[in-house]
Amino acid sequence: MNEVLEAIRAALPSAGVELLTNPGPSAQHSLLVRPEDAREVAEFLRDSLGFDFCSNVTGVDWLPRKVKETVVRRETAEGIATDVKETVEREIPGFLEAVYHLYSIAKKSGPLTLRVRTGNREADVSVPSLTPVWKSADFQEREAYDLFGIRFDGHPDLRRILMWDEFSDHPMRKDYVAPDDCEYEPTPHDEILARVKARTEAA
Amino acid sequence: MLDEDLKADLQKRGIFVASFEDLYNWGRKNSLWPLQFGLACCAIEMIATAAARFDMARFGAEVFRPSPRQADLMIIAGTVTKKMAPLVVRLYNQMPEPKYVIAMGACAISGGPFKEGYNVLKGIDRYIPVDVAIPGCPPRPEALLEGLIKLQEKIEGQRLFGPHRARHADTSDAAEYPVPAYGAHDLEPPLNPRIFQPKPARRDGE
Repeated sequence: MNEVLEAIRAALPSAGVELLTNPGPSAQHSLLVRPEDAREVAEFLRDSLGFDFCSNVTGVDWLPRKVKETVVRRETAEGIATDVKETVEREIPGFLEAVYHLYSIAKKSGPLTLRVRTGNREADVSVPSLTPVWKSADFQEREAYDLFGIRFDGHPDLRRILMWDEFSDHPMRKDYVAPDDCEYEPTPHDEILARVKARTEAA
Repeated sequence: MLDEDLKADLQKRGIFVASFEDLYNWGRKNSLWPLQFGLACCAIEMIATAAARFDMARFGAEVFRPSPRQADLMIIAGTVTKKMAPLVVRLYNQMPEPKYVIAMGACAISGGPFKEGYNVLKGIDRYIPVDVAIPGCPPRPEALLEGLIKLQEKIEGQRLFGPHRARHADTSDAAEYPVPAYGAHDLEPPLNPRIFQPKPARRDGE
């Protein structure tokens, strides 16, 4: 992974590529690429590093989330310096992410995980399509568009592939709500019970 | 109606007496032609039922027809996705009367394991009338044969005349069911209220 990163940085010094480490035991680290550099980096990976096969394209929906961080601040009171620990809440805005799994058939290596992020979840949902680089990304980018709503600029045929054309939602997004028709549950519980009660009161 | 005792008595003497209805239904129940289509894994069991080991031909139902115009029986074999449901209803409408429907497996009956999913219809009985429902995931070929026998029993008991006549003998009832349209969020309408009324959801004791 590090060799790949260094090779990219050496060949394309202007490209914004960073390594996202996975702290889990699987240690599946990945490369995060800026959308404007994705096409260039992809072509470099395919032509110079031998990643000739894109096996999988999928999406991830990241909701806006808050992280708590502990910050140490030095305070000076009456001439004595003390370290004060403070918990700061930081908000990370939501975004959509396209994930590519690359293999090299020639070098028998892989997978290399490539991630591209959109600006936000509502208006700026475009990333460049990598179908012109790897033909196998065609249907899978269409699937990510259908289910997550990621727009792939430069895709030759960006239509829904699983849901019907008239469908307007993106069902794999975390804030998707299925049409409410929980009309029969033998033992409704929790959220479904609340919905059933609301419906009974409305009727 | 012929007196049953008299009929049995005559039969003992070697005289077979039958009503037109009995003969007609006997012919129909032993030559059910299913529509040849499968939707998911249940279709594999349906194929196994038609093949040599289970041999649906023993019950006169081996003639799978690739056209709805020549079929009597629709076996809904598998998960009905919302994208597929309008096509299934349209195929049903294209079948000539008398026609029957077997809902095979948990998905066709209720949506099964995919019931609360965004893309699966919660049972085909929301749009077309189902005669026999076969539970299982998927049902064994024996279960499909049992369902077929149950359907044959139903056909045998159907009346062609009188106030209790079968649906297909009632010319006032057009057996066409509205084909749902693809909507922005769901199928429209999500069910046919003429044939499907949802049960009230409640907990026991409430």
